[in-house]
Amino acid sequence: MPQEFRLILKYADEPGYTPDIECYLRHGGYESLRKALAIAPKTLPDGKVVGAPEQIRDDVKLSGLRGRGGAGFSCGLKWSFVDRRSGKPIYLICNADESEPGTFKDRQILHKDPHQMIEGMIISCFANDVKLAYIYIRGEFPEGARILNRALNEARAKNFLGKNILGSGYDLEIHVHRGAGAYICGEETGLIESLEGKRAYPRIKPPYFPAILGLYQCPTIVNNVETLCAVKHIVGMGGAEFAKLGTPNNTGTRIVSVSGHVRKPGYYEIEVGKATIGQLINDFAGGLREGRKLKAVIPGGSSAKVFKAGEKFKLKKKGPDGKDIEQEVDMLDLPYDFDSLMAAGSMSGSGALIIMDDSTDIVAALANLSEFYAHESCGQCTPCREGSLWMSKALHRMAHGEGRKQDADYLLKIADNIPGGRTICAFGEACSWPVQSFVGKFKDEFVARGEADEARRAAGATRPSHS
Amino acid sequence: MAFSVPANLEAEITELISHYPQKRSASLMILHAVQEHFGWISQEAVEWIAARLELQPINVYELVTFYPMFRREPAGKHVVKVCRTLSCALGGSHELHGHVCQKLGLDAHAHGLQTTADGKFSVEFVECLASCGTAPVMMCNEDFHQAVTAAKADEILGKCA
Repeated sequence: MPQEFRLILKYADEPGYTPDIECYLRHGGYESLRKALAIAPKTLPDGKVVGAPEQIRDDVKLSGLRGRGGAGFSCGLKWSFVDRRSGKPIYLICNADESEPGTFKDRQILHKDPHQMIEGMIISCFANDVKLAYIYIRGEFPEGARILNRALNEARAKNFLGKNILGSGYDLEIHVHRGAGAYICGEETGLIESLEGKRAYPRIKPPYFPAILGLYQCPTIVNNVETLCAVKHIVGMGGAEFAKLGTPNNTGTRIVSVSGHVRKPGYYEIEVGKATIGQLINDFAGGLREGRKLKAVIPGGSSAKVFKAGEKFKLKKKGPDGKDIEQEVDMLDLPYDFDSLMAAGSMSGSGALIIMDDSTDIVAALANLSEFYAHESCGQCTPCREGSLWMSKALHRMAHGEGRKQDADYLLKIADNIPGGRTICAFGEACSWPVQSFVGKFKDEFVARGEADEARRAAGATRPSHS
Repeated sequence: MAFSVPANLEAEITELISHYPQKRSASLMILHAVQEHFGWISQEAVEWIAARLELQPINVYELVTFYPMFRREPAGKHVVKVCRTLSCALGGSHELHGHVCQKLGLDAHAHGLQTTADGKFSVEFVECLASCGTAPVMMCNEDFHQAVTAAKADEILGKCA
């Protein structure tokens, strides 16, 4: 049976572990920052001198760290895109806007071990020559914002922040910025607009790649809370050591949030890819409730395409001779990592599993998610603004006894016409994927619901009791 | 009477503005501070903030209408937010929301924030509060509550003076 591997949450749940700086320092806190600041410049054989920041950036690239917010993009690569020649200031923003339904991992870090994230953030800022950085925390985390402000003050008092940090000559200031209830602020360009004091309308790319034209049209890095914590550990143990954790191309650990119909919902930190979906459900989260069967799993936050129980996938695997061999894998046997889930047509996204057993009304479940997306569409692009609302209205109707048998196809037609370059940001995809996958994989249930409602109406009956 | 803010709030706002290289960035944080003090964002408050940040009132008003947490009318003394989204729904949040509404004499099917006639409570069914593992969850003012049963909800409401 696989075990949890607690790297980031190593101390968070220990009895007596508190979010204050003294406790953090007793547990080796800010040692990685000291180490980072003390890295000596290295002279290459060709005479080129590589400073500490660049060495850290190289190490992060070597570590293979992929972003923990949702897209799973290489952190080292993201940093390498930063325009360092523009002469403009470089900003770093910690994305603490944890809003993807199903996800509750950053909450644990922010509330229980804020200094770990701050240390990772200071190191990341140092590595990228950032002098001013922000933590964008969602408005619904007022306690989290207070904890962070307290922690930043403590760090300032100990000179981990501010002018001439620990005598290194490096200056950095970090401020907390609160959101106000809009999911779209988790999208990095929307977040940047919001931080500029505007509506969180995502920006079009090109030209507004944050690494070149981000906050105040300056080069900007946006990294997730958990990603920044990982940076601290990369500096602490070295990128090569970090890369040994997890599986190739899916390195390090990941905090997986498991919710829904399991006996022990919660967050479980694993080496990436070292546990399967089935193990996460059955071994970590205690399995399904008594007498229940699995119906569906959303594997990476609500935007990820749903998996149906019993679904099989053909995955390519390297054989002993180095050649690709195709292997049939049951959904439950998929290793929980970035690449396997992508190969299976979904994604590990924000690392959140939502488990649904056979008591779930699949139409109502999708109606719930679609209502979320209709509420959260920023309204900038017509296909997304209108489409998300149409889908939600149709599903609301279906969930309340007013379905039609053609609704399944109607929903698919709308969902197919939102994503694929028709919208500025990936919200178009995010609102369509649940509809495409739920209706696509459980089509018989959607059609049956519509037919039953039609038959009932034809017989002159009013709404059924479930509405 | 002209809109004015007390000295401590004014000082807080000045401090917030100093956190950013561009004043406009402070608008969300100032809206939070103003709403915390007055309970809602009035038209006068919008105009005052805009003037303070050298913006047009529309630049502030469009934030109030965009971001769900800002209110354009006063709310009840205690604001209850029950999470509506999938994991909480699977864990019974509709029953919880229905229970809270029924107890307070509110309509569980109404959209948006609704307030009791005596102005003591406002209830809102909100989107994911990011604690899906302890569903159903709710907030009462700034306090966060997990795995809320009907009995626990009664207790939380009962403690609101």
